[in-house]
Amino acid sequence: MNLTVLDTTGLVTVQDAGRPGHAHLGVPRAGWLDEPAAGLANRLVGNEASCAVLELTLGSVALRCPSAVWVAATGAPCAVTVDGHAVAFAEPVRVAAGSVLSLGTPASGVRTYLAVGGGIAVDPVLGSRSTDTLAWVGPAPVTAGATLPVGTDTGEPQALDTPRPPVRGPLRLLPGPRADWFDADPVDLLAGSTWSVGAASNRVGMRLEGPGLRRAAAYDGRELASEGMVLGAVQVPPDGQPVVFLADHPVTGGYPVAAVVHPDDLWMCAQVRPGETVRFRRG
Amino acid sequence: MSAVLGVRPVGHAAALVEVADAAAALALSLWLRERLQAVDIVPAAATVLVDGCAVADLHAVVGHWTGESAAASGPLVEVPVVYDGPDLPALAGQLGLSPAEVVAQHAAVEHVVAFCGFAPGFGYLQGSVWDVPRLASPRPRVEPGSVALAGGWTGIYPSASPGGWQLVGRTDAVLWDPSRESPALLAPGTRVRFRPVASLEEGR
Repeated sequence: MNLTVLDTTGLVTVQDAGRPGHAHLGVPRAGWLDEPAAGLANRLVGNEASCAVLELTLGSVALRCPSAVWVAATGAPCAVTVDGHAVAFAEPVRVAAGSVLSLGTPASGVRTYLAVGGGIAVDPVLGSRSTDTLAWVGPAPVTAGATLPVGTDTGEPQALDTPRPPVRGPLRLLPGPRADWFDADPVDLLAGSTWSVGAASNRVGMRLEGPGLRRAAAYDGRELASEGMVLGAVQVPPDGQPVVFLADHPVTGGYPVAAVVHPDDLWMCAQVRPGETVRFRRG
Repeated sequence: MSAVLGVRPVGHAAALVEVADAAAALALSLWLRERLQAVDIVPAAATVLVDGCAVADLHAVVGHWTGESAAASGPLVEVPVVYDGPDLPALAGQLGLSPAEVVAQHAAVEHVVAFCGFAPGFGYLQGSVWDVPRLASPRPRVEPGSVALAGGWTGIYPSASPGGWQLVGRTDAVLWDPSRESPALLAPGTRVRFRPVASLEEGR
């Protein structure tokens, strides 16, 4: 079965767990930014955890479903309709053959996930169906007129016994490799302030605005030779304003990494809007 | 005695291993690939990032590295190049050479891909003895297949992108093809010979 995309707004991409293991070839990992939300959506429709879903970034989508199918929307809450009638969010919904499924723009949060029974089955690239928005490896972003193949539905939808998504709190910070480049323990510096999320934040990184991290005198004006970067790295350019590297981050970088966001807390970076604030704590 | 200069933890499940230079980083990354389970092993200018492994396991393994190199045994790739890049005449002048001498010397050296970055399939090739400055103002668009120099590196742009490296030539070698078993033509450890050709048709 192929879904027909009637309309989209914002950025709509196909995402799965991504393609780690190719960083030494210059390929970002990509993959869903809010893993708990994407995982919940897949479980609700009875998919395997590896199935690809749609990720909507402050966006909306309308899809025609030629055959009956289970769907579930999770993450940033939005209005979900089938042929104009409101249906449940974060629960499995059966869409009848020929119907139009629509997800509206979320009123809070950033990224909504849509799982379809059987998973979005576009051709994988290097073992993943994810779109990487840095180097554009993987399928093109989803736009009006596109058709999206859907895999064979293998599982039963799960309405019960599904853990709720975790609640938002301070992001836990782990030690980074270049803490000595700063004039105090950067985990304390980051945890001691409230940070505003910058408008240029995207799938590559969450940009933070705040008091800034000062370099230790010995490292003032020094350049770091490019080195490998991990998911969640808090990289600090000379202006002191940190960037938290998300799934599409460059595989190497030339600014010191002050700390690393705990992997289990990264989903929160996917849901903070520009202008909203985040806090950190030692993790 | 280990040739490792330091190990810096990166969160809970990764570490940066510090070594002397890019050649050592390449050698260590290839050595580690055969001895350690990790999600990503990423050589760079003077470090190897080992991501997705138990840091205790990394410590146990990396202390046994004596600096031995498997780099010289990588596959050899020949890349045909038309040396007609727009920056070649001025660069030759800066180096005190004629353009023909720059081409001859560049093609005489066996290069080795030390690491990849910047874009999928973009390899940083070591071998040149020159220290080439980057352009004061990067070009907004560099064509795919452009052969370029910066610092001590040679690189070939796999796809169109902005770029500040000095352009000396062009090739039609396919640097990046995700449908190939080895998508990057110039993966770390690959040895590269540049072959000057008058036209890319002749190079085939």
